[in-house]
Amino acid sequence: MNAKILEIENVTVSFDGFKALRNLTFSLDEGELRVVIGPNGAGKTTFLDVITGKTKPTEGQVLFKGRNVRSLPEHQIARLGVGRKFQTPRVYLNLTPRENLELSCNRSKNVFSTLFKRPPTTERRTVAGLLETIGLTHKADIKAALLSHGEKQWLEIGMLVAQSPDLLLVDEPVAGLTDEETERTGDLLLALAQSHSIIVIEHDMEFVRQIARKVTVLHEGSVLCEGSIDEVQSHPRVIEVYLGQELHSDHLVSLEQTDLLEMVDMN
Amino acid sequence: MAAIALIFILIVPLLLSGFRLNLMGRFLALSIVALGIDLIWGYTGLLSLGHGVLFALGGYALAMHLKLQIPPTSSLKLPDFMTLYGVTELPWFWEPFHSFGFSVIAVALIPAILAAILGFLVFRNRIRGVYFSILTQAMTIIFFNLFNGQQRFINGTNGLTDFNTILGAPINEPATQRAIYVFTILALVAAYALCRWLTSGRFGKLLIAIRDDENRVRFSGYDPTGFKVLVFAISGALAGIAGALFTLQTGIISPKAMDIAFSIEMVIWVAVGGRATLVGAILGTLLVNFAKSLLSEKFPDFWLFFQGGLFLLVVLALPNGIVGLLKSQFPDLFSSKKRLSTYPSLAEDAEVQYERKNLGD
Repeated sequence: MNAKILEIENVTVSFDGFKALRNLTFSLDEGELRVVIGPNGAGKTTFLDVITGKTKPTEGQVLFKGRNVRSLPEHQIARLGVGRKFQTPRVYLNLTPRENLELSCNRSKNVFSTLFKRPPTTERRTVAGLLETIGLTHKADIKAALLSHGEKQWLEIGMLVAQSPDLLLVDEPVAGLTDEETERTGDLLLALAQSHSIIVIEHDMEFVRQIARKVTVLHEGSVLCEGSIDEVQSHPRVIEVYLGQELHSDHLVSLEQTDLLEMVDMN
Repeated sequence: MAAIALIFILIVPLLLSGFRLNLMGRFLALSIVALGIDLIWGYTGLLSLGHGVLFALGGYALAMHLKLQIPPTSSLKLPDFMTLYGVTELPWFWEPFHSFGFSVIAVALIPAILAAILGFLVFRNRIRGVYFSILTQAMTIIFFNLFNGQQRFINGTNGLTDFNTILGAPINEPATQRAIYVFTILALVAAYALCRWLTSGRFGKLLIAIRDDENRVRFSGYDPTGFKVLVFAISGALAGIAGALFTLQTGIISPKAMDIAFSIEMVIWVAVGGRATLVGAILGTLLVNFAKSLLSEKFPDFWLFFQGGLFLLVVLALPNGIVGLLKSQFPDLFSSKKRLSTYPSLAEDAEVQYERKNLGD
């Protein structure tokens, strides 16, 4: 039995009474690669927000390496070893890929050491190695704004690794990628899983099948079921809430819109 | 840079009349505050509309020292205006300004500390964007009223003026003014070098990162608060230095410098020159101010309309300012890259360049 790197106990997050997460309990072993799926609005992104400190749990607690992170601001949780990749790639568009990576790679992130210390050679070597891994060596010195969508996704994964975190949180890494890019991203994540604990949030079921060992399904803010991809896909409740809804998703959206219109009218 | 500084020190004085040279000196002093605004706005993305206060505080710090240079022959032992209002003893906060060294340090340090305190309170609470701008405006109003009301201690609306000597030299002598002009240029060069250094390394990249996506910076493990406080303080110190040098050349500092309009003007200089370029801040300041003095000599009522029009023009047509325009029209001017010798699309393609470098043509 491995040690737990992340334990989430009975976490509830409510925004003005709306419960984005309800009594969510979740744990991740050290070195595990876990995929989290769930229909829109299931609370997947809030789930990451709670781990990274962007949102504080209304109830319950989050333990990272056995330490309660409630009182810590985002940057300190990041320094403890939690790296996050956002749903839409968030890289610094006016900096080059090399500079993006150098900022993440920096070991001492205080104001004055950032100002006065030159990046040591080890860090520069790490950055050069990462550029090669993510295939951006030849574009290392042009602005990141000029990169394609897929290249930005990869750059952000590279930035994550540059931070050398113990836990990687990856939110929809293959959204908007071509099939070939998707497969390469999967290989990259599998390679990273050798030395990191990873949580991947994803919609693309084919991609989930490529990388998943264990899958957690979220629904309405709590865990619906956990298991291998085949177990999960044959689970009757999952078929009902996840796959079922997807078939009728157009219908649902239009229902919500009529509700909204009525509310506007009433005001 | 040294060459340009030498031209300004040696050649420009030969070309300009005494009056214009004095204007040039003032505008060069204003360029220093523009550099500070470029640092905080252009690079870090925080639009300060309160630099007039920081500028004026620097001016007041030096002016208080100058007001204490009372000729030994004079029967008054206090700055002249104080006796008018019946003050018989020098207020305690004037005492340290007897020392020239203290005053020079105060010129930079007082605005820096004020900026650091305000910045810390604002940035720690994650107040950003337009709310930060509004708070800096509130600061100008508070200080404007505070200084206007203190008739007895700092001569209220009239401000501090009628300076006699600095370091023993009569302040209005052409030779002294020439020395101040040269010193202003040296200060501008030093300020420029400081800003260049701050913005070129990893620190500068981080400022741009904060400007473009502050939350992302947090998730990379940086706390933006400290960085923003430091930059705002440095920017405040530059404003104070500019204010002191400006006061030396105009011979007066009054609460008018804390007027909101003046703080907004400073932002316009930087916008016209081009944000996040440093050179643009200096260029914009000199151009707008010379345009202002020439136009308001010819058409006194016209300047404000022109300034408003200029701002609209820059926002609509030149979002990157003059330097931005030059960069996009003549990229060779700003980079050491070789002239394009093949098809531009090939020469600019990163992949082609990479192969050329590593495999040969």
